[in-house]
Amino acid sequence: MSRVSVENLNVWFGDGADRVDAVKNATFEVPSGASFGLVGESGSGKSTILRAIMGLVTTWSGRMTVGAFELGKKRPKDFYKDVQMVFQDPYASLHPRHSVDQVLGETLSLHGFRDIDQRIMKLLDDVGLGPAFRFRYPHQLSGGQRQRVAIARALAPEPSVILLDEPTSALDVSVQAEVLNLLADLREEHKLTYIMVSHNLAVVAHMCDATAVMQNGEIVEVMSVADMRAMKPTHPYTQHLLDSSFGYRPNAAQSA
Amino acid sequence: MRETLLDIENLRVTFPTRQGDFQAVRGVSFTLGRERLGIVGESGSGKSMTGRAILRLIRPPGRIEADRLAFHGQDLLAKSEREMQKIRGQKISMVMQDPKFSLNPVMRIGEQIMEIYRFHTGAGRSAARAKAVEMLEAVQIRDPERVMRAWPHEMSGGMGQRIMIAMMLVTEPEILIADEPTSALDVSVQTQVLSIIDRLVRERGMGLIFISHDLNLVASFCDRVLIMYAGRIVEVCEAGKLHEATHPYTRGLLGSLPRIDAPQPRLEVLRRDPAWAEAPSVSGRR
Repeated sequence: MSRVSVENLNVWFGDGADRVDAVKNATFEVPSGASFGLVGESGSGKSTILRAIMGLVTTWSGRMTVGAFELGKKRPKDFYKDVQMVFQDPYASLHPRHSVDQVLGETLSLHGFRDIDQRIMKLLDDVGLGPAFRFRYPHQLSGGQRQRVAIARALAPEPSVILLDEPTSALDVSVQAEVLNLLADLREEHKLTYIMVSHNLAVVAHMCDATAVMQNGEIVEVMSVADMRAMKPTHPYTQHLLDSSFGYRPNAAQSA
Repeated sequence: MRETLLDIENLRVTFPTRQGDFQAVRGVSFTLGRERLGIVGESGSGKSMTGRAILRLIRPPGRIEADRLAFHGQDLLAKSEREMQKIRGQKISMVMQDPKFSLNPVMRIGEQIMEIYRFHTGAGRSAARAKAVEMLEAVQIRDPERVMRAWPHEMSGGMGQRIMIAMMLVTEPEILIADEPTSALDVSVQTQVLSIIDRLVRERGMGLIFISHDLNLVASFCDRVLIMYAGRIVEVCEAGKLHEATHPYTRGLLGSLPRIDAPQPRLEVLRRDPAWAEAPSVSGRR
């Protein structure tokens, strides 16, 4: 039984001559408890798929299900409790004048939790921030700490699916390692299903079981991480992405 | 005998703050010949400040001090602002991270390239125009005449960055400082832009300072690498031997990178040792 299933998803923006087809006929399945990657370049439509699942874009067609939810234009409140998202830039996704306590407290009360006080402490502990961080404002936190707060906020309603949109691309590599380890631990602990967008194949290989490779709004290939590690892509574009991820090779430049 | 273009000894960049002086660069020394020199480090390590200090692009109240900051033996710190204008862009050029913020949005691309060329050489309009088209061709822009008339907002990121490189190299400088020139670009475009920089540097025998946070990229692209931490150089090594680096910080950075060819259950987490920031800067002079 797959947790997330996307069938023939089309997403477009604008009308008539201005219409842009951001996602064309995307189909993929993510089993319960799995971690699935979406890789591709900017403008390939990978983030748009996450936004469509989340309900942040309205112009789409196709069929999407998450667990028991058949996704339509309007979604029940339970859906938003079950599916959460972490955004790329922790500098932009946290309100600059809300303390960590307010960010987490508001989310918890919106979702109807009562024991907010204990839950905030538990969430901070889960993401490796101590109680000392509870009354800090975003400007008093480093990039990695902010992303931990964003992850805690996503965990607050006890979701089963978390959509991760480039969760570490704004961070230094040493901080990226800490956040990726945290995400892996949380998945284990809370039995979460991840869909992770990234332009970094090595990050996806580390975090996911399988990945879709996107180009110009289409999924050109769905490959397992084992195939990726064995450098056995079937599509030339995937080959090119894999080659580029090993740094600069003069020969690769000519074939581009 | 190796030719030295740039000779830097004990470079310091200081910003006064309410809590006292803050040193962003704390006594960095290195030389640059006709080579590709990489500077890597994390955000806040002082790598960009080092690049900017060479061109004296640190705004007051920030201060640049050095025992020696010499370009072809001339002391750059002793030059007047007017003399520096002649060096910036003409002898030493700089390409920044994001073309969106480096191009003038209300000036056609052709005009911008011609302006730089005419400012530094005093050439006429038609000569400058021919040179600008030639440079756009050199950075593999397919339709240079059209791009000459285009506005910056009509260009993609990769095009914009190639235009920046064309603009910075039109005066045939001896040194190019590239500060994260490909970080804002997609991987496939990144390879193209790098190969253009690579070819131009090789053909013209320029010196390149390549500032980046991407260890794999620097290891494969440069000849020699300086690793910076907290405003100092902690290690200097041949780029090809970066993976044999010995300093715990460099090792930690390498270990924290996920790898496609070598899966690991958990990523190594860097344990910062306060002693790294206190150890004297390693010299990159030779």
